[in-house]
Amino acid sequence: MRILVLATHDQNRLLADNARIIGAAKKLGGEIDMLVVGHNVRDVAKNASKLEGVNKILLLDDKLFSRPFAQLITPLLVQLADNYSHIITSSNSVGRNIFPRLAAKLDLMPITDVIKIHSINCFDRPIYAGNAIETVKNEQAKTILTIRASEFEKVGQEKEGEGEGEGEGKIENIKIPKLAINTSFIEEYRTKSDSPDLTTASIVVAGGRAIGSKENFALVKKLAKKLNAAIGATRAAVDLGYAPNDWQIGQTGKVIAPKLYIAIGISGALQHIAGISGAKKIVAINDDIDAPMVKIADYSLIGDLNEILPDLISRLKQK
Amino acid sequence: MKILVALKRVVDHNVRIRVKEDGSGVETENVRHSMNPFCKHAVEAAVQIKEQNKAKEIIAISIGPIEAKDVLLNALAMGCDRAILLKTEKEQKIEPLAVAKLLKIIVQQEKPDLVFLGKQAIDDDANQTGQMLAGLLDWPQGTFSSKIELEENRVNVTREVDFGRAKISMPIPAVITADLRLNVPRKTALPMIIKAKKKPINIMEAKDFNVDLQNRLIVERISEPPKREGGKILNNVQELANIINELEAEK
Ligand SMILES: Cc1cc2nc3c(=O)[nH]c(=O)nc-3n(C[C@H](O)[C@H](O)[C@H](O)COP(=O)(O)OP(=O)(O)OC[C@H]3O[C@@H](n4cnc5c(N)ncnc54)[C@H](O)[C@@H]3O)c2cc1C
Ligand SMILES: Nc1ncnc2c1ncn2[C@@H]1O[C@H](COP(=O)(O)O)[C@@H](O)[C@H]1O
Repeated sequence: MRILVLATHDQNRLLADNARIIGAAKKLGGEIDMLVVGHNVRDVAKNASKLEGVNKILLLDDKLFSRPFAQLITPLLVQLADNYSHIITSSNSVGRNIFPRLAAKLDLMPITDVIKIHSINCFDRPIYAGNAIETVKNEQAKTILTIRASEFEKVGQEKEGEGEGEGEGKIENIKIPKLAINTSFIEEYRTKSDSPDLTTASIVVAGGRAIGSKENFALVKKLAKKLNAAIGATRAAVDLGYAPNDWQIGQTGKVIAPKLYIAIGISGALQHIAGISGAKKIVAINDDIDAPMVKIADYSLIGDLNEILPDLISRLKQK
Repeated sequence: MKILVALKRVVDHNVRIRVKEDGSGVETENVRHSMNPFCKHAVEAAVQIKEQNKAKEIIAISIGPIEAKDVLLNALAMGCDRAILLKTEKEQKIEPLAVAKLLKIIVQQEKPDLVFLGKQAIDDDANQTGQMLAGLLDWPQGTFSSKIELEENRVNVTREVDFGRAKISMPIPAVITADLRLNVPRKTALPMIIKAKKKPINIMEAKDFNVDLQNRLIVERISEPPKREGGKILNNVQELANIINELEAEK
């Protein structure tokens, strides 16, 4: 049994997901190799090699891979597939884009969005926006998985400076025959924010339609800042332009698993709840005691958010 | 330009589904079904391209039971020109890999320039079929799209990704999957549906296509997620502040 993990990164940094994906891979047992593919990603590979439990890093550093196009990474993974029984990655926007294509090329059904690993070939995944859990068994020749990172514990990582050089030793450069691509990158819009990463944050503060305007969303941000929390939003808030698309939580947005989730002016539609089932505690601020969010929240305060929020912010301890 | 749009008939997104007690599945009998929401955005995108005179024909296709005719009719009412139904048995589940293989055959017959799909079906939440079809065809893929711009022999797609948005340019033919912010799908009024009834729906049997429809994954059981019990209603902002301070301190 050998496992290949496709590392996800933004060319500069290894994404926080990876430590949790390795955590999931360890549950499978077996030797874990990691593939780092990109351009000028030697440091990413070094950091990956420091993740606890990783056997070796396969590194492909080539200008061609300066963007993680599925059309390029798929043939690369197909080539490597022979050596592995399991190929896995995060179920983030990179993994979800590549892995079904990879599976089709190998004539396999992938298992996407895995939330629980029962054994090397039995997994849970949510269906119907998390309103049901499907337990599936895989008896195909190989197992292709995307993993919901927030559902797994992360493995440790050696600190910067520790084990210097040792990480390097685990890195093996790989070569592939020249691939070509006719798809090109035009531009990107990155949401600038100094708040923690939504999918791995321990506190998340989110606002819904009731926030009322982009300007008023500043209140949500202010509360988040005070708590050193990540900021989220509902689809309604994103569609109305109050918040950027990458803040959306839910069935089609991000899945979070914080210690504490604070939902402000959010009704709790099932598609939104799909993204917060991993939250340990939920606090709701809503003017409607019958809102579904209030029904599932551990604590709710009923009232007008416009009055509650400024008052709350002033009463919270500064971190 | 010819566009093929793949549509799935699913349990309506407003229905609160019920897991069967014996763990064999989700109750779908006598439950309202409709077109998968993401597919609606895919149809709307295709129809808008036709309205700009940039496409000649839009073909809607669905793989599913005979009832899937209703979602195809809906797509015809929205502005598709004709439809194809690859009929399956009632209650027969077809996995994304088999759907992609069937779609590939139709693509080879119909030779569309673009294939539009939804980003994900809200029943299986797989988010797989478009990527699989693109792989099987060796076509470029523009997944999770929130904007589609046509150029001479190319198409630009703005994708919704974890860090924000990314815009790519692909040669045609290509596969594109629709996210919810792509557009606002039009509502279909009764006169549009009556008119659509005159448009052709070609019904064929999915099993006649020489594709292995056997499921690859074995579903052991379908279970209910753990229930969350609603909790305490707080009396004032100070109580809320205390609770938040407490929870925040818990590590
Ligand atoms: C296929 C599909 C996928 C979807 N995916 C997602 C997804 O990923 N994420 C997502 O979030 N949604 C998603 N949605 C949308 C979802 O169904 C809901 O429409 C959306 O979550 C509602 O957002 P909201 O709670 O902000 O707004 P609303 O439902 O309008 O709720 C606003 C809430 O604020 C309360 N309120 C109003 N005024 C005040 C006030 N002054 N003070 C305090 N409270 C107030 C109201 O009582 C209400 O409870 C999806 C929908 C579909 C069909
Ligand atoms: N049975 C089907 N018939 C037609 N299109 C389908 C079918 N299943 C999936 N699709 C298409 O593939 C998209 C993604 O579905 P999935 O991969 O199942 O999440 C859907 O939005 C449809 O566009």
